[in-house]
Amino acid sequence: MTDETINMLLAVGLAILKSVVILLVVVAFSAITIFIERRMLALWQDRYGPNRVGWQGVLQLVADMLKMFFKEDWTPPFVDKLIFWLAPAIAMSALLISFAVVPITPEWGVVDLDIGILFFFAMAGLAVYAIMFAGWSSNNKYSLLGGIRAAAQTLSYEVFMGISLMGIVAITGSFSLRDIVEAQKDGWFIFPQIIGFLTFITAGFAVAHRTPFDLPEAEQELVAGYQTEYSGLKWGMFYVGEYIGVVLVSSLLTVLFCGGWYGPFIDVLPWLAFPYFAIKVFFFVSLFILVRASLPRPRYDQVMAAGWKFMLPLSLLNLIVTAAVVLM
Amino acid sequence: MAIPNMADTANATTGAPSVVGTEHAIVRELYQRFGEGAFVFQTNRDRLPTLWVERSQLVAVLKFLREAPKPYVMLLDLSAIDERLRQHREGQPKSDFTVFYHLVSIERNSDVRIKVALSESDLNLPTIISIWPNANWYEREVFDLFGIKFEGHPHMQRILLPRYWEGHPLRKDYPARATEFDPFMLNDARQDEAEQALDFKPEEWGMKRGRADEDFMFLNLGPNHPSAHGAFRIVLQLDGEEILDCVPEIGYHHRGAEKMAERQSWHSYIPYTDRIDYLGGVMNNLPYVLAVEKLAGIEVPDRVKTIRVMMAEFFRISSHLLFLGTYIIDVGAMTPIFYMFTDRQKAYDVIEAVTGFRMHPAWYRIGGVAHDLPNGWDRLVRDFLDWMPKRLASYEKAALKNGILRSRTIGVAQYNTEEALAWGTTGPGLRATGLAWDLRKVRPYSGYENFEFDVPVRDNGDAYDRCLVRIEEIRQSLRIIRQCLDNMPAGPYKADHPLTCPPPKERTLKDIETLITHFLGVTWGPVMPEGEALQMIEATKGVNSYYLFSDRSTMSYRTRIRTPSFAHLQQIPSVIRGSMIADMIAYLASIDFVMADVDR
Repeated sequence: MTDETINMLLAVGLAILKSVVILLVVVAFSAITIFIERRMLALWQDRYGPNRVGWQGVLQLVADMLKMFFKEDWTPPFVDKLIFWLAPAIAMSALLISFAVVPITPEWGVVDLDIGILFFFAMAGLAVYAIMFAGWSSNNKYSLLGGIRAAAQTLSYEVFMGISLMGIVAITGSFSLRDIVEAQKDGWFIFPQIIGFLTFITAGFAVAHRTPFDLPEAEQELVAGYQTEYSGLKWGMFYVGEYIGVVLVSSLLTVLFCGGWYGPFIDVLPWLAFPYFAIKVFFFVSLFILVRASLPRPRYDQVMAAGWKFMLPLSLLNLIVTAAVVLM
Repeated sequence: MAIPNMADTANATTGAPSVVGTEHAIVRELYQRFGEGAFVFQTNRDRLPTLWVERSQLVAVLKFLREAPKPYVMLLDLSAIDERLRQHREGQPKSDFTVFYHLVSIERNSDVRIKVALSESDLNLPTIISIWPNANWYEREVFDLFGIKFEGHPHMQRILLPRYWEGHPLRKDYPARATEFDPFMLNDARQDEAEQALDFKPEEWGMKRGRADEDFMFLNLGPNHPSAHGAFRIVLQLDGEEILDCVPEIGYHHRGAEKMAERQSWHSYIPYTDRIDYLGGVMNNLPYVLAVEKLAGIEVPDRVKTIRVMMAEFFRISSHLLFLGTYIIDVGAMTPIFYMFTDRQKAYDVIEAVTGFRMHPAWYRIGGVAHDLPNGWDRLVRDFLDWMPKRLASYEKAALKNGILRSRTIGVAQYNTEEALAWGTTGPGLRATGLAWDLRKVRPYSGYENFEFDVPVRDNGDAYDRCLVRIEEIRQSLRIIRQCLDNMPAGPYKADHPLTCPPPKERTLKDIETLITHFLGVTWGPVMPEGEALQMIEATKGVNSYYLFSDRSTMSYRTRIRTPSFAHLQQIPSVIRGSMIADMIAYLASIDFVMADVDR
């Protein structure tokens, strides 16, 4: 083997290793988010939350997972089996794959796609199939209603989610997330693109199906919505999928609007890149949890109306103004 | 209302149509319209004008009352009594089964009760749904429990018991104990029968399964659903998420509370009342003991009245707090309920110190309360009064001013005063439509006339206003409790009367007569004089009344419990048609019902 081949193999090996590390960290962090959410919700709700397993309950997660692994994975006889099995797999993988385009630090990141943002849109679009499949294949009226809600909600919110980011694309002239982070070296996009930020964060909540956009699984109305018939590990995949969504949207908010790994003294202390990124992501994750603790859920038609009649014009306006400024 | 006590007039026992009762304006009007001969006036211990009419004239009389000047707009209660074993019914027409209608006029602030006698061989009555729509469920209940048929009723089926049930439980020949039946066995055939009986057939309710080019979805909401607030089933006919029509189905929580009353002593039935509106605690004891005291002729000391008011208001606050928490959680915000549970715990600290129990103290007694207030009760009550107002203000600010909550509930499930009265809706659900009808003000009982408080009213009659009315009611309850705290009268906690229960014991070892009375009162329970008495109160959820029939026995001959939630659930379809599923959930939350209160 020539040196060149060896070098290439090494590079490939390193890339694979990095990808696996990122994958594991993302899944682990998403799972830990579940624990963090339970403790933080409890804090805001005047109670303790899980604090019995391990120090301050940190092992609660392990206990929950053990329980879930050994729980009977029941497939009801009336479901469409193939689709029923496919749905949780999509739920977990679609958003997980999106992480490939997220640049974490100058060195870390799976790929640097030129079409990074578009790739994320595509994957977010795929993720809704998980819910629609689950809702349809369960052969249950509550699941079906949840699936329909998810489809309608995604349709309304993906449109302006795309447009809300076009301001940034217009400024940087690139769809690559790495380019976008580097363009924020001297100033975060959250300030010039505050409207884009607000519309994108709204859409992000909708993509992750978190309160106040948790209509597909609105407990008070649809019992558990699309996941009513799921149990055991398959239900667990939906559950972890939801938190991967939370972490992904938080990462994107960090990368797109809050300067990714940039922060004070990053030039002299490059090792601060990951801590900066992690702190920002954690901030947004906490925001997700705080919103869940504080807001009620709007009605299905109100969500649609807000999407089409308010958010869409707002994001269009943002794009036009940004474009005008860029062209001037 | 100054009405002379007619229980002692000689006319009560003559049985002949007489001029008694003519002090009631409505009785005079009825005599004038239909002639004195059409009625038999019955005197009662509750002094509520009661008139017997012939079956043939029933509808005409009821129609007249509904359309009279200052009309009787609300059918408060409709039920029956099996008279076949009743011995003491002097002055009443011969009857095997009697159906009674309790009507309320808001403008006159007076009631009238109409009774119809039926013979065992011909248990039929015309329906009155066209006069008061809420007669629907009441007539079904009478059919279910007594087997009396109402001609012209669109769904003459059982309502509380399953369709395959045999017999009519409130008849006197129906056994009251499980041990009088063969052991219950659930085999496959029986299970199939039970399951089939629950099948929903849209055609039975006059519903179509679809239009030319689309099918409707029939969604079973309950009896197991997170927002059904208990074992309540409501079948929705859906076009997308829009509710075209719905059929509420009740009875999953039926325990036969009225039947149980017929074999419990007057005293030992008190704990059963606690469990009617299980969030109301001693509030449920109140109408029951007040009605029994009317039968017995007991006048309780002022201290008893004030203690009762104070504890009942504590339970109103506790019930309203739970309402508020579940209401907000039902529109999707999960946090506030935890804070409200903290507040309820503070209330329970007081309740527990005073009564010894939390949710179901069964603490009121015939002629008093179980024991005197403990030392230091005033400090506990004061702590609570200091705690609560700040919390309420923060709930209003954080939860009720929230834009999403407002958009979810303002204008949702709206109805007006007229509709509310036609459906027998009472309590905050009625006051949210702009009518200040609170029994504590309009028919004061247990000394409420001595308290200063306002009746909160809102005008829109929607889900949001029903919530605001309750918040303000919590404030007014705090005001009442503060007045109890500042002005608690001294004196005994039990009336000095031989029929109190447990009976006075002080002189038992000195005087053989007292000893005998005490012994009988404790072992058999007191024997109440014959007669009928009704007491209604403004309970946590609306008007709750106990109508007691005594046949000079240790047990009630018949106990009729009128609960607010029963009426409120019957109203659902008329309010919710055309709304969305999410509105339905907000509406159910704003009704604040408890299934035990519906099904009894």
